[in-house]
Amino acid sequence: MTGLRAFLLPHRVVMLALALGVVIWCAVALRWDWLPKYLPLIGEGIWRTIWLLAVTSVLGFLLAIPLGLAQAAGPWYLAAPARVFCTVIRGTPLLLQLWLLYYGLGSLFPQFPAIRQSELWPYLRQAWPYAVLALTLSFAGYEGEVMRGAFKGVPSGQLEAARAMGMPRLTILRRIWLPLAIRRALPTLGGETVLQLKATPLVATITVVDIYAVASRVRQDTFIVYEPLLLLAVVYMVITGGIVLGFRWFENRVPSRVA
Amino acid sequence: MKKTLLVTVAALAFGSAAMAETVKVGIAAEPYPPFASPDASGNWIGWEVELIGAVCAAAELDCEITPVAWDGIIPSLTSGQIDAIMASMSITADRMQTIDFSNKYYNTPTVVVAAKGSGITPTAEGLAGKILGVQVSTVHQDYAQTHFSGAEIKLYQTQDEANQDLVAGRIDATQADSIALDDFLKSDAGACCENVGAVADDQAILGLGVGVGLRKGEDALKEKFNAGIAKVIEDGTYDAISAPYFASSIYGG
Amino acid sequence: MLETLTEAFPTLSLLAWEPPGWGANLVRGLVNSIQIALGAFGLGLLIGTGGAYGKLYGGPVMRDMLAVYTTVVRAVPELVLILILYFAVTDLVNQALVSFGYDRVQISGVAAGIAVLGVVQGAYATEVLRGAILAVPVGQLEAARAMGMPVLKAARRITLPLMLANAIPGLANLWLIATKDTALLAIVGFAELTLQTRQAASSTKAFLTFFLAAGVLYLLITLLSGVIFGRVEKWARRGQPGSGGGGR
Repeated sequence: MTGLRAFLLPHRVVMLALALGVVIWCAVALRWDWLPKYLPLIGEGIWRTIWLLAVTSVLGFLLAIPLGLAQAAGPWYLAAPARVFCTVIRGTPLLLQLWLLYYGLGSLFPQFPAIRQSELWPYLRQAWPYAVLALTLSFAGYEGEVMRGAFKGVPSGQLEAARAMGMPRLTILRRIWLPLAIRRALPTLGGETVLQLKATPLVATITVVDIYAVASRVRQDTFIVYEPLLLLAVVYMVITGGIVLGFRWFENRVPSRVA
Repeated sequence: MKKTLLVTVAALAFGSAAMAETVKVGIAAEPYPPFASPDASGNWIGWEVELIGAVCAAAELDCEITPVAWDGIIPSLTSGQIDAIMASMSITADRMQTIDFSNKYYNTPTVVVAAKGSGITPTAEGLAGKILGVQVSTVHQDYAQTHFSGAEIKLYQTQDEANQDLVAGRIDATQADSIALDDFLKSDAGACCENVGAVADDQAILGLGVGVGLRKGEDALKEKFNAGIAKVIEDGTYDAISAPYFASSIYGG
Repeated sequence: MLETLTEAFPTLSLLAWEPPGWGANLVRGLVNSIQIALGAFGLGLLIGTGGAYGKLYGGPVMRDMLAVYTTVVRAVPELVLILILYFAVTDLVNQALVSFGYDRVQISGVAAGIAVLGVVQGAYATEVLRGAILAVPVGQLEAARAMGMPVLKAARRITLPLMLANAIPGLANLWLIATKDTALLAIVGFAELTLQTRQAASSTKAFLTFFLAAGVLYLLITLLSGVIFGRVEKWARRGQPGSGGGGR
């Protein structure tokens, strides 16, 4: 209760009132008559955006662990490719990577007719596998760099202690090194996930129908420009808020006595 | 601090404001051969580009070709980034609610193209259960959604991408303007595919041909464009421009 | 050597400088991209410096407004912001101008791109610079104050030079984001590197060749920037303890 009172300073009340005024003005003065017609599509779009975000973040993070480990402690023949991968992913625009995968690979299909007979064809035909691949690689590239630092940052005393206890190397990795590294990376993970969310609308350019594509469709069908974009901004802000709160909750649950 | 910032932003924004009465003619920034596409030296070429030059000369307008993303071409017009659209945009009742059009300057049939030997026909039965690619916010999207509801309709930002995915085999067929698809079929990539015929006409959707898109209420500019179009047709410039591109006139009935 | 290479990969000749090669187009796009990235980065720094000082020393209203600005910009995808700013802002400017009796202006692609990306960059730069200012040891400033240095002089001679070294890694990151975000302008039809690549690729159907070539160009910018920022950081850290050894 006192927290709320501390938050509600006089100028904040004015700002909130102003914001409320803007919201009411938007609701009354702008055109929202298209909403009911597109509501099912909007729902599907939001679902697909969240699905893409969740799947690619998890897969990307799983890929980032070996990438970070290879760079932090691997022999040169593992460290060098991992380093090149991270540099290339981080050094080129995601839009370009996405188009390279979708249109670049697509342009090879006619040269290899066998691809169309293969069992993978039903997947290669659709757009979402390319979106998942590109977003996963991108997340892995950025998070791999974070994991490298996290693995290196684990205090060597912890590892030495484990070794002194005669723990096998794999067990050390599984029980000591990896959990400590993940805990170190956790604070950046929320930020990276928000960045990943902000990257998802790019998949609309390869015909995946996410919430951004739905909003574009409304824009193009009705020639209403601002309202769909406003809705889009609100949707992304709400999802971002959810991510931030989710990670805060998760971080509080992870014991942090050993920093 | 705030004020100097605003001034800087304003200076950046207005520094390049047009000085004279140039008319910015918007074309789609994505290649749409043979109407408009960039060549290797960065110039825009094609039938429509030449026609823009001729119509503007005839109408005594100082035109500047401005590429804009197709997806945002109507907002660009209404928000004032461009003054006219000459991007093979069909005159439809839907668009007339937002913008105005000059008289038409060409009108061609709508066809469906599919892989050779696919047995697809440009009818609701022929396309049922197939994947049909069309360009967004075109008359073809409207038409496909109205008449081919049995097909899975995939939307592309440009016709070029739809063609690309037809070649790659990701879609079974594409529906578009006959001239644009003819050009694609004549290219190396188009060897995979064939024209399976024109779709049944539906003037309410397919429109009355292609015209110059203009902001509502700019009637003086509209009259100038109408006069320009009439003049190039009358004095033979229209046919002279068309001859290298098309076997017969595309002005249509 | 080059000939055998073009024989093995015939599409490589499409990258030649002279038409029918598309090399010049790609470089034109690259120049546009760099121009916008530089402009946006500079504008972002201006906004960021103001924003950082506002967040640290401004009144409560100013602080809350800046918090709204940085939160919104960092929560909404750049692509959506670009569309909103690109259409809405030009529309508003024009409506304002028309209602005051002026003619509408046309905002060039470069100016719009710089303005839009600059606003986005400004939000991130605010946070980076705020952190860097906070990291300046209080003792240094107190010493300056004890010597009777005026506030502005202290900012110019003490805070800014010390902060610069702290800010450079974050700013280097921002610069890389700026170069890569220029690719998003392809979606509003601006002829920067990614759109030029796209046009060349769809005209020639040599998708892989052009996308890979553009990738190399972006990568070169990244690597080159890394070297330059490394030098600048070394220069900014001159005279600071532990500059040679690289800290941790």
